[in-house]
Amino acid sequence: MDIPLKQTCLHDLHVGLGAKMSPFAGYDMPIQYSGIIDEHNAVRHAVGVFDVSHMGEVFVSGPDAESFVNYIFTNDIRPMAPGSILYGMMLYHDGGTVDDLLVYKEFEPLHYLLVVNASNIDKDCAWLREQAEAFDVKIDDQSEAWGQIAVQGPAAETALKDLLGFPEAADIAFYNFRDFERDGGRVIVSRTGYTGEDGFEIYAAPAFIRKCWQKLMDGGVKPCGLGCRDTLRFEAGLPLYGDELTADISPVMAGLGMFCKLDKPEFIGKEALEEQKSMGVPQKLVGIELQDKAVPRAGYPVELEDGIEVGVVTTGYHSISLEKSLCFALVDSAHTALGTPLFVRIRKRVFPGVVVKKRFYQTKYKK
Amino acid sequence: MSKIAEGLLYSESHEWVRVDGNVAIIGVSDFAQAEMGDITYVDMPDVDDEVAAGEDFGALESVKTSSELISPVSGRVVARNDELEDKPELINEDAYEAWIIKVEMSDKGELDRLMNAAAYANIAG
Repeated sequence: MDIPLKQTCLHDLHVGLGAKMSPFAGYDMPIQYSGIIDEHNAVRHAVGVFDVSHMGEVFVSGPDAESFVNYIFTNDIRPMAPGSILYGMMLYHDGGTVDDLLVYKEFEPLHYLLVVNASNIDKDCAWLREQAEAFDVKIDDQSEAWGQIAVQGPAAETALKDLLGFPEAADIAFYNFRDFERDGGRVIVSRTGYTGEDGFEIYAAPAFIRKCWQKLMDGGVKPCGLGCRDTLRFEAGLPLYGDELTADISPVMAGLGMFCKLDKPEFIGKEALEEQKSMGVPQKLVGIELQDKAVPRAGYPVELEDGIEVGVVTTGYHSISLEKSLCFALVDSAHTALGTPLFVRIRKRVFPGVVVKKRFYQTKYKK
Repeated sequence: MSKIAEGLLYSESHEWVRVDGNVAIIGVSDFAQAEMGDITYVDMPDVDDEVAAGEDFGALESVKTSSELISPVSGRVVARNDELEDKPELINEDAYEAWIIKVEMSDKGELDRLMNAAAYANIAG
């Protein structure tokens, strides 16, 4: 099977910058430019920009839009003010995860924007349409029409003000957005991200996104690839669909129960989550800190001291900001309390570690 | 285009060997370090460990991936480059200077299976 890779609206600019490119979610995406460590540090200490145009933008509207989104989404959108954003999941009836996503409550009543993972756009849209039969809603997948960049880091606000001409950025609160009109088209600026730092995501037509990218490059903002996107989100304790959330990993197992409002009248997967909460789950996601510099990678076994396997690593790195070997692992629930000694088998050797909080890095969101 | 040092022998898995009498000094090629990116950890055997040709003797870790180190020869480890414990980036800086282990060879005939610089240039583009 040889499906040609899609390209984002910034593809030629990445190639021009000498990025190392690699397939991701059907797109030919930049993995790194100057190097993962350099880019990671730029986001932690200054500002970097990511091309995230591959992400999906699905617009839901219509008389039943609120009740429909609330039915397919674990978080409760009813109290949302226009211009606010909520994180949560779409679940299967058995509690497994379809996707994790952001819901933007638009300024126009009964309009919502769902921002979903690139790898799940087709699956999500099929799922949404299937669930929508009894609802009077319009589901409009505009993923191909929108470019998106994420400007992340302590100097992100300055970059939006001084380089991109968005002085209003200072007034946008965390997990809120504003609409702008530029070049005759709609631009959405939200104070969101996937790095553990302050930052913004900008959604617009490809031509405007290209202009923004160029201005950021001219202003010295570091281009950042998917390589450091993963190291940054990992340190900040954020899950990646496919690793920490899957059709087999529910939000309760992943420790994301706070984004599932079981006091809502109904949503798909609610009964399953209630049962998981009352009966307990067989496995839970934990953080593990190793004493050694060896790197735990996805798929490596997690063991007890006597060699009994009790889990598996889902993501692991030698953390760039914390300079420790850390991982997320899905582990039998009996061994998930903070401070529990666990061991990770790395090639031929076993390295001792301890269960720690998944948010390894103290996030610096602007609340 | 990666650098290929003359006078060394190379394996298909991108290790190099500098022969010093009965001792094989082993590292990885410039091509290998460039493919890996920033190297963050070198997993090395201990002195006196036995290594076997074609089998792994450790690994390089970068931020994103790990890559096994395959021994080009068989024998006993007589030295390891402990400087790499704190400075794994030395491999990125000069892959031919930053040797990893020295092996007292049990069968020098195994060297015949390795490539010279010209032959290695064909696979490390």
